[in-house]
Amino acid sequence: MCLAIPARIVELDQDKAVVDAMGNRWKAKTTLLPEVKLGDIVLVHAGFAICLVDEEEAKKTWELFAEIEDYENTQNKISG
Amino acid sequence: MLDRIDRARKTIEEACESIGRQITVMEVCGTHTVSIFRSGIRSLLPERLKLLSGPGCPVCVTDQGYIDAVMQLADRDDCLIATYGDMIRVPGSDGSLETRAVRGNVRVVLSSEDALQLACENPDKAVVFIAVGFETTTPATAVVVKEAAAQGIQNFFVLSGHKLVLPAMRALLGGMNDRIDAFLCPGHVSVIIGSGAFAEIVANYGRPCVVAGFEPVQIVEALAEICRQLAAGKAELKSLYGAVVTEKGNLAAQRIIEECFDPVDGYWRGLGKIAKSTLALKEQYRRFDAFQRFGVEDGPGRENPGCRCGEVLCGLIEPIECPLFASRCTPQTPIGPCMVSSEGTCSAWFKYGRRR
Ligand code: SF4
Repeated sequence: MCLAIPARIVELDQDKAVVDAMGNRWKAKTTLLPEVKLGDIVLVHAGFAICLVDEEEAKKTWELFAEIEDYENTQNKISG
Repeated sequence: MLDRIDRARKTIEEACESIGRQITVMEVCGTHTVSIFRSGIRSLLPERLKLLSGPGCPVCVTDQGYIDAVMQLADRDDCLIATYGDMIRVPGSDGSLETRAVRGNVRVVLSSEDALQLACENPDKAVVFIAVGFETTTPATAVVVKEAAAQGIQNFFVLSGHKLVLPAMRALLGGMNDRIDAFLCPGHVSVIIGSGAFAEIVANYGRPCVVAGFEPVQIVEALAEICRQLAAGKAELKSLYGAVVTEKGNLAAQRIIEECFDPVDGYWRGLGKIAKSTLALKEQYRRFDAFQRFGVEDGPGRENPGCRCGEVLCGLIEPIECPLFASRCTPQTPIGPCMVSSEGTCSAWFKYGRRR
């Protein structure tokens, strides 16, 4: 449940965003991070952006997720 | 990266040597538990350094009384249950949500927004959002409660089992587990509450608190920092997760939690009743409170017979000390939540323990 994924904001309309991580896109809200802009990378947890992250940090996490996915062959685990 | 690990390992070994007794570090985040097991960190550590998993998995710490309240609501024809996927297989005293899903009134949602959406799409049902989780998930619930209020939605309800991390740490140190020498503090909870929140644990209990992310290197470095402090007879607050965590945390998230919830005394699996540890909806949002609306209660529940999750969550036993572990209780046939949740300690031991 503590799983949070860094993702880039690729669409933004008020507090409604579409985010992208490693080519996966989904909807997220930015209500808790009012200052975000298009193109920012945010940590998304249970459908909400909770903080900004920089590119380098995001890359590390994406790589980690890719490894995990390899290892576990994707469990159904995106819950919140 | 390897030299970072080597350096950290060396610090850990030297510190453990000079301390000369067993050191126990508790992690209070389920994602840390999984990361530690998966990466094989345990096999790098000296015998003297023991890692314990604490009450860090939100599904696991949710009391049986709450789970049974969920089942009662799932048995009602007028309710539609909206839940995060992790809760689906948690066994109540009588079956799980999974066993009830055949009736068609249990839906898995990925966010609180989806739950509210479900209410809009099903005006003839009372949609009950099973709101569990620590400070990371709570603001998401608060946002939709405010939205529901603003939009005047009548058929949306929240069964709040949201919990606060600090009261549990205090309860452990206040007598439940006196073996804990230091805490590896959770990364994402700290994003919300800020690393500074752990200062009181350091000040009042004299235990080092180190915030870390989920990268294995960073976890090993956090352990090195903890060992270094213990060897020097110090207790300090440190954050290694500066890329993401700030000292004050996410103020907007903290504000919205405060706007919607009051801390009340609440029940935890294993830890029992802890003062001001659970979040209940504030007076002005009471009409969204599923406990009140449906007259169910979050009381101390009866554990499933034989399951020792409670002791596992307090770090008093390791899963292999439970007689049901890997015999009657497996991820396919879980008896307690610690085996159900992907972040549960029993599940981590089952999946990765043998790679030690
Ligand atoms: S192994 Fe199963 S029965 Fe034993 S404590 Fe863990 S979840 Fe409970």
